[in-house]
Amino acid sequence: MSDRIFGVVGILISIGYVFAALAIEESFLSDAVGPKAFPLIIAAILGISSLVIALRPDAEPAWPSLARLVEIAAAVVVLILYAEMLPVAGFVIATAFAAAYLAWRLGSSLLEAVLTGIGTSVGIYVIFHLVLGLSLARGPFGF
Amino acid sequence: METLANLGDGFAIAITWQNLLLALLGCFLGTIMGALPGLGPSNGVAILIPLAFTLGLGATPSLILLTSVYYGAMYGGRISSILLGIPGDEPAMMTVLDGHPMAKKGMAGEALSLSGVASFVGAFFATWGLILLAPQLVKIALLFGPAEYFALFALAFMTLGGVSSTNQAKSAFAAALGLGLATIGVDTQTGVPRFTFGEVHLYDGLDFLVAIVGLFALSEVFIFLETRHGGAEADGKKMVIGKLYPPMSMLKACTPTMLRTSFLGFIAGVLPGAGASLGSFISYSMEKRLVDKKGTFGTGDPRGVAAPEAGNNAAAGGALVPMLALGVPGSGTTAVLLAVLLALNITPGPLLFTQNPDVVWGLIAALFIANFMLLAMNIPMVGLFTRVLMIPSRILMPIVAMVSFVGIYGISGSTFDLLVMIGFGVMGWLLRKFDVPLVPIILGTLLGNAMENNLRRAVTIDNGNWWTLVDSPLALTLWAIAIIGFVLPLIVGARVKAGMHARRDDEGAISD
Repeated sequence: MSDRIFGVVGILISIGYVFAALAIEESFLSDAVGPKAFPLIIAAILGISSLVIALRPDAEPAWPSLARLVEIAAAVVVLILYAEMLPVAGFVIATAFAAAYLAWRLGSSLLEAVLTGIGTSVGIYVIFHLVLGLSLARGPFGF
Repeated sequence: METLANLGDGFAIAITWQNLLLALLGCFLGTIMGALPGLGPSNGVAILIPLAFTLGLGATPSLILLTSVYYGAMYGGRISSILLGIPGDEPAMMTVLDGHPMAKKGMAGEALSLSGVASFVGAFFATWGLILLAPQLVKIALLFGPAEYFALFALAFMTLGGVSSTNQAKSAFAAALGLGLATIGVDTQTGVPRFTFGEVHLYDGLDFLVAIVGLFALSEVFIFLETRHGGAEADGKKMVIGKLYPPMSMLKACTPTMLRTSFLGFIAGVLPGAGASLGSFISYSMEKRLVDKKGTFGTGDPRGVAAPEAGNNAAAGGALVPMLALGVPGSGTTAVLLAVLLALNITPGPLLFTQNPDVVWGLIAALFIANFMLLAMNIPMVGLFTRVLMIPSRILMPIVAMVSFVGIYGISGSTFDLLVMIGFGVMGWLLRKFDVPLVPIILGTLLGNAMENNLRRAVTIDNGNWWTLVDSPLALTLWAIAIIGFVLPLIVGARVKAGMHARRDDEGAISD
């Protein structure tokens, strides 16, 4: 069943891609092929392969339980927050929180998670910024 | 003779303090990444590319660092295969079959050192093979026009699913998805924006490094979160290594095996769509048929350890041939290495050998040096690397995630790229669930623009005649190979895959 849904979604994507390709404004100065042809070929391959996937599905993949899915969704949210907060809070603080969260969710105890977070963040800061001179996001305190 | 002179120049380039240190660092990191289940050559190299790039390393030093990681990971994969019976990365899968039984018999040290020697032999001969074969391939590639290049790219995509692929529709889907992603951004020929939906950040196109790190590294973190696999692989298992040198008689008995499988692995590596995993698989199966008279393979036969290790290291070297000579990689990790070249604005392919001989020969010399370093690291110091297996992934994975972010943020300093990377991470996780291979997506984003440009150039030169694509014998040959390569797995794919994936493995989607 999963593969059938996957195939249908793939077909929808390829149709959307075709419409987006047809909407490309052609320049008055164009080569013999133009900017639309290649995307249309790709869309055809995408559509055909999706159709085959939908018609001849593989065995059902092992989907995780709802709780695990929520776990992944939560991690995605945390990482998005991390990306957004990076320029605001600075590298060291933001990274310590994000790494601690991931360590905690992977089964560390709270203390261990906090230590992992701080260790990762300070370790990366020292190695990549202080030693190697890579520019990291600067927060209000200058780190 | 000319080759030797070139190689000499290469050594002159490679033997500087900086390059030697980078090779050493790469070998060390690579062995660790190979040893740790969950980190393999392709995602190991993927995490390090943005870093090499932002640190401002030149082309040759970056390539030396990253190919050392690549070779190192091929060595490292065997450690957990032998000690724990869990392949450290996909090419080390076959080493489990005889390596782990040997360890159970108390011969872990012999198995580790023997496989170290076998890895060395495989990689050593493959590097010579690279030197001899790549310039010949360059001569052929110089005859290529745009139409032939277009056919060559098509060949790369159609064979990339590999002989081991069971679902060619999913490989084709992945390739089309990657190529589609590459078309995002301003059209290079006419200057009109395509698929940007008014988002200014997309005008430059998607950065393939962002896609690679997201798909390979971040998706791995999600896999670990999903299975909540937070412990160390070595938890609760005792690892006794014993003596670290193989008896001379064992080495002697395995020498013919190593030589045969080095050759076979190298060929498997050069062929499109094969890569190191297939190299070790073919080597093991052939040796089993050839020398296993008493049925000892699978019960801890030393030759069964030497065969796949020589095979996969030779294949790793072989896979560099099409990547360097044609600019078309045949395996996952070489696709990632291609990204290094492209990120540094170096066009791989035949011109690389004439325009940047320092890069090519410096790299080859560095491979020789790295190989000796790896031999030294992997036999006397293997105990150090076995400790790595005790690092629990609940500590390792956060570090992997954060280093990925640091690398991508270092390139552009933009939050938008980080968000795109997270998007690719989720997509990578989802596609791995569906058993869609990720390598064609990467290759699509890497080669999409070059492929389209060659198509349009070919057709434009011939005044809009599309038949020009199949007009020369060379192009027709390439198309024929492409079609055979695509159809063959439909016939034999299921059988080969069943043999290779005797144990179900999460890393299947990141082949190599």
